[in-house]
Amino acid sequence: MKALTYAIRGFGRELRTGEVLVLLAAVALAVAALTAVGFLTDRIGRGVARQANEVLAADLRLRSPDPVPGEWRDAALEYALQTAETQTFPSVVFAGDLSALATIKGVSDNYPLRGSVRVSDRLFGEQHVADGIPSRGEVWADGALMARLGLRVGDYVTVGESDLRVDAVLTYRPDQSIGFASLAPSLLVNLLDLPGTALINEGSRVGYALLVAGDESAIDEFYAAVEDELPQSVRVRNQEDSSQRATNAADRAQRFLSLTAVISLLLSAVAIAMSARRFAHRRMDTVALMKSLGARQRFVISVSCVQIVMLGVLGILIGSAVGYAVENGLTVILADLFASELPGASLRPVGLASGSALILLVGFALPSLIQLRNTPSLRVLRHDEMPPPPSRMFVAGTSLVAVALLLYLTIGDALMLVIVLGGMLVISAALYGVGRLLVSAMGRSRGGVGIAWRYGLANISRRGRDSAVQVVAFGLGLTVLLLLTFVRTDLLEGWQRTLDEDAPNHFVINIQSHERGSIAEIFQSGGIAAPRFVPLVRARMTEINGESIKTREYPEENGRWMANREQNLSWAESLSSSNEIIEGTWWPPDYDGEPLVSLEEEAAMELGVGLGDKLNFLAAGQEISLIVSSIRHVNWDSFQPNFFMVLSPGALDGFPTTFVASLKIEEQQNNVLLRLVRAHPSVSVIDLEVILEQVKGIIDKASLAVQVVFAFTIAAGVAVLFAAVQSTIDERRFESALLRALGVRRRTVLAGVLTEFAALGFAAGLLASAGASILAAVIAVQLFDLDYSFNPMLWVGGLAGGVVLVCVSGFVAVRGAINVPPIDVLRAA
Amino acid sequence: MSNHSANDNTVLAAENVTKQVISPEGSLTILSDVSFSVNKGESVAIVGASGAGKSTLLALLAGLDLPTEGRIWLNGVNLNDLDEDGRADVRATSVGFVFQSFHLVPSLNALENVMLPLELSGRERPRQAASEILKQVGLADRWSHYPAQLSGGEKQRVAIARAFATEPAVLFADEPTGNLDSRTGDRVMDLMFELNKTSSTTLVLVTHDQALAARCEREIGLDAGRLVSDNKLIA
Ligand SMILES: Nc1ncnc2c1ncn2[C@@H]1O[C@H](COP(=O)(O)OP(=O)(O)OP(=O)(O)O)[C@@H](O)[C@H]1O
Ligand SMILES: [Mg+2]
Repeated sequence: MKALTYAIRGFGRELRTGEVLVLLAAVALAVAALTAVGFLTDRIGRGVARQANEVLAADLRLRSPDPVPGEWRDAALEYALQTAETQTFPSVVFAGDLSALATIKGVSDNYPLRGSVRVSDRLFGEQHVADGIPSRGEVWADGALMARLGLRVGDYVTVGESDLRVDAVLTYRPDQSIGFASLAPSLLVNLLDLPGTALINEGSRVGYALLVAGDESAIDEFYAAVEDELPQSVRVRNQEDSSQRATNAADRAQRFLSLTAVISLLLSAVAIAMSARRFAHRRMDTVALMKSLGARQRFVISVSCVQIVMLGVLGILIGSAVGYAVENGLTVILADLFASELPGASLRPVGLASGSALILLVGFALPSLIQLRNTPSLRVLRHDEMPPPPSRMFVAGTSLVAVALLLYLTIGDALMLVIVLGGMLVISAALYGVGRLLVSAMGRSRGGVGIAWRYGLANISRRGRDSAVQVVAFGLGLTVLLLLTFVRTDLLEGWQRTLDEDAPNHFVINIQSHERGSIAEIFQSGGIAAPRFVPLVRARMTEINGESIKTREYPEENGRWMANREQNLSWAESLSSSNEIIEGTWWPPDYDGEPLVSLEEEAAMELGVGLGDKLNFLAAGQEISLIVSSIRHVNWDSFQPNFFMVLSPGALDGFPTTFVASLKIEEQQNNVLLRLVRAHPSVSVIDLEVILEQVKGIIDKASLAVQVVFAFTIAAGVAVLFAAVQSTIDERRFESALLRALGVRRRTVLAGVLTEFAALGFAAGLLASAGASILAAVIAVQLFDLDYSFNPMLWVGGLAGGVVLVCVSGFVAVRGAINVPPIDVLRAA
Repeated sequence: MSNHSANDNTVLAAENVTKQVISPEGSLTILSDVSFSVNKGESVAIVGASGAGKSTLLALLAGLDLPTEGRIWLNGVNLNDLDEDGRADVRATSVGFVFQSFHLVPSLNALENVMLPLELSGRERPRQAASEILKQVGLADRWSHYPAQLSGGEKQRVAIARAFATEPAVLFADEPTGNLDSRTGDRVMDLMFELNKTSSTTLVLVTHDQALAARCEREIGLDAGRLVSDNKLIA
């Protein structure tokens, strides 16, 4: 007889038993959580990359000093990519008697390919997303330019030989610089109007750019195709460093999602292991019976394996369906974060999740099942005959291998793996040890207080080892629930804090030294606190440790870019609050020695530079030599002016210095800005509101995603609690029947059981609170760069949660057992 | 070879069987030097006080366990020579069981429970054979019911149907009426003896019940693990 037919035959009814349901739920939850997380991390990563691409207004930008050859555009069209062109050059523009230097940007029809242009009807008025590009004969002018020229919307501006009508105030274009580069304010012009201005001729400094956007792989193919033909002078960019802030927020979200996924997985593993043990236990009688009827070991084991595989497949189907539904739901909710042209919910995460679930089953359920085969057939006559317990080494071995493999598949984050797995192991061991102590202590305190109390506590101590194992299961489940609840809250609050109400929303740049006093006054008279003026000197790096930056080898390709870019050097006496020294020391307040520099950590890493290295710069024709004295971590989320290189005081004395300031300016205070740009025409104001909104949007959506995945984890935790209760249910059923047969009232039996669960829950809650506090501190600091503050609510939540959750799930699971008429149980089938 | 197995008519034989177990108090002898043989078609009752070793002997005879010393032949095969799977094969082809506590597979219905041994021993058309025998025990209309939906007596009838389904050489029963009231027990036993006659199966029955033992052709008495009596009875 085929084991398969037999396995299928009983399957439907097996599905109705408690432990099989728990097993099924555990598998389904693991799959659903992994599917959703796999999908989300992938999407959030891509969504952020795309938002970062907005800074280019494209996915890929080819910039050239010569007109863009038609072949490039044709090539892009061949790969079904969208294209747009821009031409950018500086020119003096006129309005009446006034003139000002402007950056003229001619744009073609599809501009911008990524992100959007924002305009407003009047200076510092309300902004909205622009529709297309300026029409022929019209321009959109930067507010600073309009202030300098005394223009209003509807006035005409003279650009070369054309007079163009100002149609709107340009408040934001995605490819504007948000750094401190002091480009002249821009004037957005229809590309087709440029020939009419007669400004473009031999010798004019025009930057031509071809913007390309579309499917990721098509972009790669297109780039591969044109790469070799591009002249040296063409600069290709596909990402910008200024997206750092958005990337930080997304990184944390992804980390949290991975953490949640790992924990759901571990919880599911625990639930699977416990319910599989019970699954095997319940099958012992049947196995013994089948063996007595002449079934061979192989048959017996095949039946169990086929059933567990069927369970696995069913769990995977349910889990995938749930995961897939969540994916699609989130795709709709997060539509604008996840660009619509990205491929829809993919099946890859489902495949990965299903594979993981199978590994979980093999690692955590198989040891118990294999052992079934050794059930003595004698058990049909002597019910206490048991198979020898599976070798611990074997169980521990398969489980560990399974977990390690899974985690490796799910996340590649070694640090997180060590913290989570190590933490779990330590906590489990501690839980077990302390659990046994508590159990024996409870055993001793059972005198007095009535029969329910005595019966409950007696039970705990009689089941010694089993009770301790339950404390471990409850405790582990609670630990991660607490951990996630609080880490999540901390995380969300941490994010909000980085974007608090007072986060600056404007940069004022290109302030000359002598303008500082008057600018401070203008702000103060408008009710805004005078800003801190941060000095800035433009320079280029020339040598690192005496070697030219052109010939030097860099550990990362970004290093070359970092070395070659125009550097904004600043100096400071004290360390900015959004910075933290991670290597070396900050200079003393009255430092007056040789010039030192403090490097931002990623810049140092990319350049391959460490403490004591010598960096040479050229600024305004003068050579500066600096020694690296510290490496800093910069919190880019702070929206404070931050720099890759900060110098010791005095190092930049005598160099041409401008200042920048960051300010929080409310909507209604915008007239201050108007006064500012009128009084100081050379100063530029950069509105960060759009960027802030972008980051906020990412955080809001990532938070939502985190909550959804968190819900799965809670469910997995509850599954563990159920599995733990289920594991003793037969015994309880019998005991309660016996007690009731002996004349104990139902209520008393129930009270006894609840006493037992409450005591177990209390023990587990106590241990879980301790474990979660420690883990939360480690995780907050190590993984999320967030400050950890001790939270007493965690203990309250732990103890109350432990008692309530364990009692409730215990009650639900046991209620049935207690309601069974005693005779049914005692006469057993 | 002993005289037990030499006899062509012998279906079951124990030769100097001793069973010891290791308990916390040291080694414990449950059966010592038990020898007897049973002929084809015979019905034998094993009787004795509680703890005398009846169930232990039954388990050894059926190959559910191995003796510490001595040998057991079942249907011409020396069980000592076989491994677990080998003994399972012997049971599949030559042995049927009826237990005190019924032992039906809870996730299979009555018909499927009866089919189980038929399928395990690779019989043709197990479904037809099983429903045939369910009809003989009077449960034809209950075939789709699960054990939880059957009364004790009905469960035991299903167990009897299952035990006879493969027409085994030997049918072992350990206190088959122990969980039934006396009227139901009587009816179940009527059924069992009837099937025993029609199928010429050998019946080995452990019981406390004197009246039940008296319905067998032979009675073997055990006391403290020793064989103390072996009487032919007149049916
Ligand atoms: N594996 C074992 N370990 C320890 N003691 C055992 C073992 N197997 C049997 N015994 C003991 O051997 C004795 C005989 O047991 P057995 O079950 O054969 O008795 P029985 O005659 O069937 O009794 P009952 O009529 O009560 O069913 C009992 O005292 C029993 O406790
Ligand atoms: Mg017995």
